[in-house]
Parts: sequence; structure tokens; C-alpha cells
Amino acid sequence: MALIRDFALQGAQMLVVLLLSPLLTGFVRKVKARLLRRQGPPMLQPYRDLIRLMRKDVVLATSASWLFRVIPYIIFAGTWVAASLVPTFGSGLLFSWSADLIAIIALLGSARFFQALAGLDVGTSFGGIGSSREVMIASLAEPAMLMIVFTLALIAGSTQLSTMATYMVSGEEGLRVSLGLALLALIIVAIAENARIPVDNPATHLELTMVHEAMVLEYSGRHLALIDLSSELKLLLYMSVIGCLFVPWGITGLDASPRSIAIGFAAYLAKLAVGGFLLAVFETVIAKMRVFRVPAFLGAALMLGLLATLLLFVSRSL
Amino acid sequence: MRGITFDIAHMLAGSLVLVSFMQLYQDRLYALLNIYALHALVLAASVAWQAFIQDAPHLYLTAMIALVFKAIIIPVALHRIIVKLGIHREIETVVGVGPAMLLGMGLVALSMVVMLRVTAEADPLAREDLAFALSVVLLGLLMMVTRRNAVSQVIGFMSLENGLVLAATGAKGMPLVVEISVAFSVLIAFIVIGIFLFRIRERFDTVDVRALDKFRGERQ
Repeated sequence: MALIRDFALQGAQMLVVLLLSPLLTGFVRKVKARLLRRQGPPMLQPYRDLIRLMRKDVVLATSASWLFRVIPYIIFAGTWVAASLVPTFGSGLLFSWSADLIAIIALLGSARFFQALAGLDVGTSFGGIGSSREVMIASLAEPAMLMIVFTLALIAGSTQLSTMATYMVSGEEGLRVSLGLALLALIIVAIAENARIPVDNPATHLELTMVHEAMVLEYSGRHLALIDLSSELKLLLYMSVIGCLFVPWGITGLDASPRSIAIGFAAYLAKLAVGGFLLAVFETVIAKMRVFRVPAFLGAALMLGLLATLLLFVSRSL
Repeated sequence: MRGITFDIAHMLAGSLVLVSFMQLYQDRLYALLNIYALHALVLAASVAWQAFIQDAPHLYLTAMIALVFKAIIIPVALHRIIVKLGIHREIETVVGVGPAMLLGMGLVALSMVVMLRVTAEADPLAREDLAFALSVVLLGLLMMVTRRNAVSQVIGFMSLENGLVLAATGAKGMPLVVEISVAFSVLIAFIVIGIFLFRIRERFDTVDVRALDKFRGERQ
């Protein structure tokens, strides 16, 4: 019976992330539009886009190989698995033993690898530009992410997300400078990974600036729907990671009562709303930076991560 | 023994280091000025918090000095200087942002190692606070070394002084007289540097201090 319940909770988590992610994107778009004093599309628009894309035919380039057709499913699967492992409303899910932060980064990294391959596959110049830029950004963002993981693991004593979340919610650690630095670094990395504004503009199709859009330019129909859905999932994933590590209040434990699960769910929704709002405000007040400035931006994240790790090491060893 | 009050003091000291790094990262003058104001603001908050937890009312005065002079008057004055000199879009660094950041990291590591070894028997968090203060001082120095523009060198100097104040307030018991005299000497230094800036500008039509090199004896 308990096993069935655990399965149900894990399944609920998978469905929750899948169903909430377009809503989050729609919410961010809506807030951005309202900040610019536009009406903006309704918040449910991403769902409609996805359904419409699912119904449309796929147009394939003549030079596309089998890889091009398989890759959307690989990306979607990897991102969905990663997103459903992150503790959202509860930390004691059935598969949380595998919810290692490094494993999640690896899942996202392989999804990104395949996406870059897909950009190169058709052989258009835009795809090539997009892939090379994406790989450049990734090669800068991943060391920073690893530094963040080291910091968190040194503090919480584990790289497993649910252990970390339970440790953070227990309040043993208090405020730490290293944690603050890691939070800033994680925000920078999340912005870069999700192709949000100072690094990449998710709403543009201008040749000179696009990174993510350039890679998926050749996709259409259900393939494009899957890729869009995975990038929405990725945004939700990063927000959930930040939420469960740095604002862990409300996350319930292993054998929770329905009431605490409901509280956890409400807290999760509130966190997402606050996170989405802050993201929209941030994107509205800042201008996109030149591609050549991105290394300095991500270098700052790496530096912050390094500083946080350094602080922890030095203060423990001396 | 370490409650939330201590944690907050620690956090504020850490954020001062972070803001110093943001100064190193910025390469536009106006943004640099805004971040300097933020630096002073964080300093004021940190000093006020120290006054609160040490129950030392005179530190509130220090915080007020930091807030009024450093976070408002000096940035506004520098802003005017920049407008008058017409240099609001330029900034040059001797080394790039990346190497400067790496050097800064090295300095923070250095000050950590030095401070934590020297003050072995003190309270762990107070030691880290001292180390933070030393790194703010060193980062200010680094800022003065890596910038060629005289205005950003002034900002480096000012943030160096912020680090001194941080160290002094963390160490329980800097006399108010010392504090006021430090504040005023910095203010006077600021005025002198300001006049100096205009003199450089009049003479050489630039505030790039490389222009001065030509007039040194050894380079003829």
C-alpha cells in the first residue's frame, strides 16, 4: 500500500512539472508584457501553442538524418526525468535516491549535447552558429555549476537534492556567506542555461543575437512542440532547484499527511510565482549583452562559486 | 553562541566583499559610481548592525557618516565631476575583467590565509570578518592599480577606506575621535584628488593617468 502511495506521489510530481511548466512560461511572458504596458497573450497561450504544434505536420529538411528526428524525444525525455527528480512539494519521493544534483546536471548536459548536434545536423549556417554559441556558453556555465554543487555539498554533506533540502529546512546552518555567493552564482548560471535575457533573448529571431532559437530553427510540428516543452521544463527545473535549496520552507518530509502535502504544494506554487515575477522584472530592466561579454558574465558566476568553496575550505581547515 | 545576529553581521561583511568584486567587474563610470554608493550603503548597514549587537551608540554615528558622506555626497560629487569632464562613457583597465577578477580571488584567498593564521584564538566568525575587511582593503588597492582612469582610482581609494572602517567596527572599540578624523581625512583627500583631477584635465585634456608618464624624468 505504501509503495502504491509512493508511486502515486512520484507520478503526481512528474505530471505536476509537466503541466505547470507552460503555465510558468506564460506567466513570465504575461508579467513582462504588463510591465511594458502591453496586454500580452493570455497565460494559457503556451498550452495552446503546444497543442497547435502537435497537430501540425512535420516539415523535414532534405538533408536531415535520422538523428534529427530522434533528438527532440531524447531532449524531452532527459529534461523531463531531470525535472521530475527535483523535490518540488515534497522531498521524500520514491526515486529521490537518484536525485543527485550531479546526475541532474549530467542529464541536462546530455540534452544540450544532442541539441547542439541537431543544430549542426541539417547543415544550415544558423544552426552552426547557434550550436557553437550554445556549446561556448555551456562550457563556461558548467564549471560554475560544479563549483556551486561543491559548495552546497560541503555545507549539506551530500549531493543528493532531497537530503540537501531536508538539511536546509532544518535550519542548522543559518545564514552563510558561502550560501549567498552560491545563490548568486546559481542565478547567473540558471539565466545562462535557460537562454534568458542578458545572455540570449527567448523572444527574438534576429540572426545576430539568437542562440537557442538558431539551433531549433529547422524544427517544426511535434518536434518543435517537444523542444519548446523541454525548454519550459528546464526553466521550471532551475526555479525548483533554487526553491528547494535556498527557500526550502514548506517542503514536506517522507511520510507526509495529505494536509502537509497540500501546504507544500501551495508553497511551491507561491515560490514559482515569486520566482517568475522576479525573472520578468529582471528581464525587463536589463538589456541583452553582446555575445562576447557572456564569458565575463559567466566568469563572474564561476568566480562566485570558487569564492564560496574557498571560504568554506579555509574556514574549516584553519 | 552563534545566533542569527552574528550570522547577519557576517552576511553583511561578506556582501561588502561581493560588492567590491562588482566594482572590479564594472567597466562604465556611472555604473561604477552606483556600485560605489551601494558599497557605502552596505557598509552603513553593517556598521549599524554592529552598533546594535555591540550596544555601542557611537557606532550609529559612524553609520550615519558612512550613509550621508559616502553613500550620498561623494557619489553625487563624483557624478558632477564626470559630467563636467565629459568622460561618462569611457573606462580603461590595465588588465581585462577576467584577470582582474582572478587577481581579486587570489587576494581574498591571501587575506583569508593571513588573517585566519594570525588570529588563531579569536572567535571564528570575528576572524572571518577581519579577513573580509582585509580583502575589501586589498580589492580597493587592486582597483586603484588596474584602472587608468583617475576617477575610478578615486573610487578604489574610497572603497579601500570602507574596508578600514569595517575592520575597525568589527574589532569592538575604535574611538569615535579616530573614526571622525579618518572620515575627514578621506574627505579632504577626496577634495584634493578632485582638484587634482581638474588640473590634470586642464593640462592634458584627459584623465588617463598614462598621460602623466611622459612627464616623468626617466622616460625622456
